[in-house]
Amino acid sequence: MSTSPSGGVSVSAQGWHWRHAGRSQWACRDLSLSIEPGERVLLLGASGSGKSTVLHGLAGLLDSGEDGDQAGQLLVDGASPSTRRSRIGMVLQNPDSQVILSRVGDDVAFGMENFAVERPAIWPRVRRALTAVGLDLPLARSTSALSGGQQQRLALAGVLAMNPGLILLDEPTANLDPAGVVEVRDAVAAAAAATGATLVVVEHRTAVWLPVVDRVVVLGEGGQVVADGPPEVTLQRERDLLRRAGVWVPGDELPPLTRRHRPGATLLEAAHLSVGYHGGESSHDLGFHVDRGSVTVVTGPNGAGKSALALTLGGLLPPQGGTLTADGAFAPTPRRRSPVAWKSRELLTRIGSVFQNPEHQFLTATVRDELALGPRALKRDETAVAEVCDSLLERLRLTHLAEVNPYTLSGGEQRRLSVATVLATAPGLVILDEPTFGQDRNTWEQLVRLLAEMADEGTAVVAVTHDLDFAGLLADQRVDLGSWHVEATADASC
Amino acid sequence: MARRGHGGRLVLMTTVDVAPGRLATVNPVAKLAAALVIAVGLVLSVDWVSAATALILEVVLLLALRVPLRTMLVRSAMVALAAALTAVTILLYGESSGVVHWHFLLVTVSDGSITLAVATFLRVLAIALPSVLLFVGTEPTELADGLGQVLRLPARFVLGALAGVRLVGLLAQDWRYLGYARRARGVADQARIRRAAGQAFALLVSAIRRGSTLATAMEARGFGAHPTRTWARPSPFGRREAALIAAAFVIVAVAIATSVATGHWNLIASR
Repeated sequence: MSTSPSGGVSVSAQGWHWRHAGRSQWACRDLSLSIEPGERVLLLGASGSGKSTVLHGLAGLLDSGEDGDQAGQLLVDGASPSTRRSRIGMVLQNPDSQVILSRVGDDVAFGMENFAVERPAIWPRVRRALTAVGLDLPLARSTSALSGGQQQRLALAGVLAMNPGLILLDEPTANLDPAGVVEVRDAVAAAAAATGATLVVVEHRTAVWLPVVDRVVVLGEGGQVVADGPPEVTLQRERDLLRRAGVWVPGDELPPLTRRHRPGATLLEAAHLSVGYHGGESSHDLGFHVDRGSVTVVTGPNGAGKSALALTLGGLLPPQGGTLTADGAFAPTPRRRSPVAWKSRELLTRIGSVFQNPEHQFLTATVRDELALGPRALKRDETAVAEVCDSLLERLRLTHLAEVNPYTLSGGEQRRLSVATVLATAPGLVILDEPTFGQDRNTWEQLVRLLAEMADEGTAVVAVTHDLDFAGLLADQRVDLGSWHVEATADASC
Repeated sequence: MARRGHGGRLVLMTTVDVAPGRLATVNPVAKLAAALVIAVGLVLSVDWVSAATALILEVVLLLALRVPLRTMLVRSAMVALAAALTAVTILLYGESSGVVHWHFLLVTVSDGSITLAVATFLRVLAIALPSVLLFVGTEPTELADGLGQVLRLPARFVLGALAGVRLVGLLAQDWRYLGYARRARGVADQARIRRAAGQAFALLVSAIRRGSTLATAMEARGFGAHPTRTWARPSPFGRREAALIAAAFVIVAVAIATSVATGHWNLIASR
């Protein structure tokens, strides 16, 4: 079985519908589409338009009956995708969830083992794939020591090494820096060209992928195809439609943003602060202050301690050294100035934290309960709680999802909800870790406007980000964690 | 925080990470079999002679395999502690016979309970020591390779278990994040025990979610797509493996023979 049939496979959808178990609405409705073997397709659409669902369906990962209901037909190579999985390789959205084995080399080999590639052929292909995606690590390196960007490259290497006839990629470059994005894209294009594989990519940032795809398909709100054709022509013709759908159209300007930047009182002051996790390395000697009405943007390479800084400012992680002092008027009592010493309930009205992965902070079973959690912890009466929830649901366009489980929301919806839960208790300082990661342009713009509005109303905002556009539009102050241990992680700088 | 992995050694053909001692390159299936042979052989009796004989021979075997004495002592510390606790319980509450040395309420220390306690201590050590030490430096991945290739257990079972073992390590990370989340969301002021209970439930939920996303990730890379699969890493089973298992049989045989010859043999079933 070492010589699996090469070449691409065809894909066809005829009136395909999919509804996730427990949901009343179709996630994807009436999809009709035909992709020839070897075609390279960029699949675009708004957040929540069912792009990921389509990819999961094509990968044979949706089990009709157990996972949800299906109508119409979805075919890969003329048969049901679940019977053609030996020709399909897919990279899922969240890099953290797809590391399978504990060593880098073994993880890349895993897919080939499943495709019954003979042993002598496996290891050269492992090394070629790792080199192609720019992950030059020892094969025995532990996968738990990889950064998000490295995990993403690892998953890609695992799929490319399989030589699948159909490559499905769900936002494969969301975690990478600009140089890494181009490297990984070229690796995918080269692999597809070498094997003649069919390629379907979902990615919000279109500019990167346009040069290597030969077709763009745009899904509308419900999942139907609303535009389909060669890349340049389609993008030109459908520019307005795409913009409305939240797609990043190349050459589009950033939204104009007028700020009324009136910095107010200082809330937090860091002096010789060093941050890090217990027992790990720490960044050191940070000095800055966080003011009301001002946006502070924290930048720096992966592994520089940005997330640790966000947790420390949020009063969740004790400083490793130096001091982090709250203003006397901001602290719950003048004697307890350090946020890490505050009670959990005292944090609610003072410092709100929005985590990098929204799922980390969901604690209840419905969107509405999630919003009500903070106000209820503050013992607000139920009418006030309901009022706050309703207005936030409205403001962040989540009203129709009020009774849905937060875990089943799309990426953009989860992000909006995680920001809304923090706003529910109106803290004086809001800290966000990578708020725009993996968001479509609409959610991106809403977030930018929302944060600008909050700052103009007097809230202090701290955002940790890789996103240069975001930083350019919003930053009143920048903290660069720079390269305090870049040498130690030269291989982790993605 | 995950620590950065071990050194930057580039291994060419396979990824076997050689640990010190000769044991590291022995097929884990052979280690498992050897530990099992010793365990089965030693649960048959409760006398001190067979346990002590086995224990001495095991230490000799491990030294011959170049397991450093230091490693042996460190790794067996927990085992010794557990064995000692068991022994103390039996010393105080075990079936009494012979001269009674001390008596207080339910506690009776007698010649019989002293002998039984010593025998139990030695036995727990003799059974647990090889299980713990034979697996020093054994990667779960290699054990899975052996179970799949040597014992031909179903790949679905073996790899599912292997992936599950890796997830256990991620639970510690998840636990920390759940703690941050509860504190940030204003619900961490409850009493410690109640908070831990709530957080433990959340951890359970997140473990299940991780399990199901992992299953999806495995399927996305073709797991179970073919009726058969290949194995990237060889799992050789040769003379050394056979020798290790034979050594285990020898240890058990010598231990039982010594015990029977000295008249201490005391078959559990006959009691």
